[in-house]
Amino acid sequence: MLVWILFLLCQVGAPALAQDLCQRDAPNGYKVRISLKTALGEDAYEWNQSEMFFFQATMAFAMRRHFQMETYNVDNIILCVQTSRVSFWFVVTSPDNTTMLIPKADVEKAVRMSRHRINNAFLLSDRTLEFLGIYPTLAAPVNPDTPPWLIVFGVVIGAVCVGIIALLISSLLQKRRKEKGMTEDGQDEEDMQVKGVENGINLDGTYNRGFTDDDRFTKL
Amino acid sequence: MRCLQVSNQDLEERIPSYEELEKLENEEAGDRPKWDNKAQYMLTIVGFCVGLGNVWRFPYLCQSHGGGAFMIPFLILLVLEGVPLLHLEFAIGQRLRKGSVGVWSAIHPYLTGIGIGSMCVSFLVSLYYNTIMAWVMWYFFNSFQETLPWSQCPVNANMTGLVSECERSSPVDYYWYRETLNTTPDIDNTGGLQWWMVLCHVSAWALLFICISRGIETTGKAVYITSTLPYAVLTIFLIRGLTLKGSLNGVKFLFTPDMNELMNPTTWLDAGAQVFYSFSLAFGGLLSFSSYNSVHNNCEQDAVIISIVNGATAVYAATVIYTIIGFRATEKFDDCISGNILTLLNTFDLPEGNVTENNYDQVLHSLNGTYPEVIQGLNLKTCDLNSFLSEGVEGTGLAFIVFTEAITKMPVSPVWSVLFFIMLFCLGLSSMFGNIEGVLVPLQDLGVFPKSWPKEAIAGTTCVLCCLVGLIFVQGSGNYWLSLFDSYGGSIPLLIIAFCEMVGVVYLYGIDRFNDDIEFMIGHKPNLFWQITWRFVSPAIMFVIFVFYFITKVQETPMYKAWNPESENFPTLEEKEYPSWIFAIIFILAGIPGLSVPLTAIYKCLRNRCCKKDNEFKQDDLNTIAKQVHLTDEATKNKPDIPETADGR
Repeated sequence: MLVWILFLLCQVGAPALAQDLCQRDAPNGYKVRISLKTALGEDAYEWNQSEMFFFQATMAFAMRRHFQMETYNVDNIILCVQTSRVSFWFVVTSPDNTTMLIPKADVEKAVRMSRHRINNAFLLSDRTLEFLGIYPTLAAPVNPDTPPWLIVFGVVIGAVCVGIIALLISSLLQKRRKEKGMTEDGQDEEDMQVKGVENGINLDGTYNRGFTDDDRFTKL
Repeated sequence: MRCLQVSNQDLEERIPSYEELEKLENEEAGDRPKWDNKAQYMLTIVGFCVGLGNVWRFPYLCQSHGGGAFMIPFLILLVLEGVPLLHLEFAIGQRLRKGSVGVWSAIHPYLTGIGIGSMCVSFLVSLYYNTIMAWVMWYFFNSFQETLPWSQCPVNANMTGLVSECERSSPVDYYWYRETLNTTPDIDNTGGLQWWMVLCHVSAWALLFICISRGIETTGKAVYITSTLPYAVLTIFLIRGLTLKGSLNGVKFLFTPDMNELMNPTTWLDAGAQVFYSFSLAFGGLLSFSSYNSVHNNCEQDAVIISIVNGATAVYAATVIYTIIGFRATEKFDDCISGNILTLLNTFDLPEGNVTENNYDQVLHSLNGTYPEVIQGLNLKTCDLNSFLSEGVEGTGLAFIVFTEAITKMPVSPVWSVLFFIMLFCLGLSSMFGNIEGVLVPLQDLGVFPKSWPKEAIAGTTCVLCCLVGLIFVQGSGNYWLSLFDSYGGSIPLLIIAFCEMVGVVYLYGIDRFNDDIEFMIGHKPNLFWQITWRFVSPAIMFVIFVFYFITKVQETPMYKAWNPESENFPTLEEKEYPSWIFAIIFILAGIPGLSVPLTAIYKCLRNRCCKKDNEFKQDDLNTIAKQVHLTDEATKNKPDIPETADGR
């Protein structure tokens, strides 16, 4: 009879005790905030008791993964202060002694270790499943061996150098052709000078305008 | 108006006559370069006029001076100031067929100073303009990455958080001031040369050299791309911009007229200055380009067409820019409101979706009534769409901060970034062609380089020299030097030179002679509109703008805005006073081109006076055969009569 009464008391008292352990601003607890609509929009699922159970299970898994020797159960994760936001507080009790809480630092280490798995379980991200107080680790910056801009710069500068060399070679060739033309054929001189003066390429010699009047006189 | 014309002796000896011009035209003789076709000429002029100012100065002026109402002073001054000056430069260049120094020394030797002033201004502007090209190239090179580097803050050294300077300002600000410019807190610290900027600087000058190495032979080909590509890109951006959310907010903000602004004299001044600088007048480049035209080219038609194109491009670019700015402002506004809503939801543990953009004000009001202290403690940001729309949208701030931020919010950002910076590069490069033309041709006219040097060598030497001097702008403090050069080198002297140009042509060259020239070239005399604007209206407008600008600049203490992470109001730019030695630099920048007009005149006058005695002495030595024959005839007359024999001895 006494044992039966004690058992009943325990059943009633344990949740009450649990409630004392888990409260708003509990020293060893964390507040969790979930933004389903922001993350999933129209595909957002409803947050109900089953989801809360799933959270307890996930946290127990995270604790087991971190500590490895100790077997955490769903009952070791106590939730309270649920709001419609959706947000709630949780504390973790030790599997050996349900009145003893696991310190904050250990819980944090466990959460950090399995953060990715916890997020994926709920189809959420670091931003939409927040553990207030546990900041997400920043992604390591991707540092390529050659900065990409140097590659593009190299391509452009290469094209520019090819252009400059082509320019210089073509102007040298033009000069040589002119010199050849002037020494070889005297008759072509006038034609070349008339054609070549366009676009201001420097010539040796000036155009003698005196000869341009010849045509007019011979028309008679 | 003969009483107002100054006597100009020997003018005919210095300029080609109509017969000579006809001969040049028909025989295609002469050693002056020519355009391959009219399209090249028009594209080059359009490229020179349409530059970065159309994209990042005009939209800002439009929006800050009453939106659609700004069009009224802009169009009026375009017609009264821009078109006449443009026509004048085209006509005089086409008639006298020389670069700026050649033209002005032909009109009157004392006016050579105008040409030298133009050359100095073109040189100073080329120096800093190409540095802007270097910045554009740097952003262009960095656009070929999946995540644009200015879209997120970098992580700090021990990987605990973001870099503090970036976190306090914004990723785009940080990227521009720290990773691109590596700017120092004030102009006294030079900060040393930034090697990545030096590379971009050198590549900008090298690219420019290729395009200008043979004068208009090469630029004429380059302008087919550099002048047309910006229009294509603007159209692409317009289509993209109109499909983005909030773009119409931007366009509405830009064009909503506020007629009260028309009463404000600064509106008219800014409109006049914008028309003037937008047309790149008084640089000497337009004169040079027109001198390569055929003699009978219709310069009147060209001037009108170019003015219309320039004005229309400015309005078109403003529309495009503001669709993107509207999108960015709407995004920022939405983010601001969402942030506030989230704060409210988190603080009061309300379910998601209870507070939306629509009922935000109501909810805030009711919550403020019940929990005023909590609301105060939250420090909610005030979100105002108009303040986002009018944020820093001018100059380099527009291109490298505001627009790049907008691009990061668009899907497929690298593509838009590449397109945008190619467009900016083409706009700037085509303007650089005109600037460099205004430097190279006067140098050749003055005979600074030996005649035996080929064109490529002259262009190459000038580019190397400008590149070396331009290294000032790639230091840590380079940005401050650039805005110094921009405010003082590229503003006041141009107004002086343009005013002197008008007075020189109308009153020294002679408006009657000018009218006859135009009649010879295009077949009819310029009508009454041109007469009135050339003689009175345009010089008066130039004079008024110059006086007001001068007074404003002289009265205010020169200040500059510095990026100082240690300042109190960081990230707002800190206003600092220039150190005293800057005034010497300002005098060199603004004074030398402006004073070159009177100084050269005085120099030539003195040289003329002291050499006049030598001239008279030399005239006695003229020893011609005719003179000697004349003397012998007289000698025979005095001799006694000798009967002439049949064979004439």
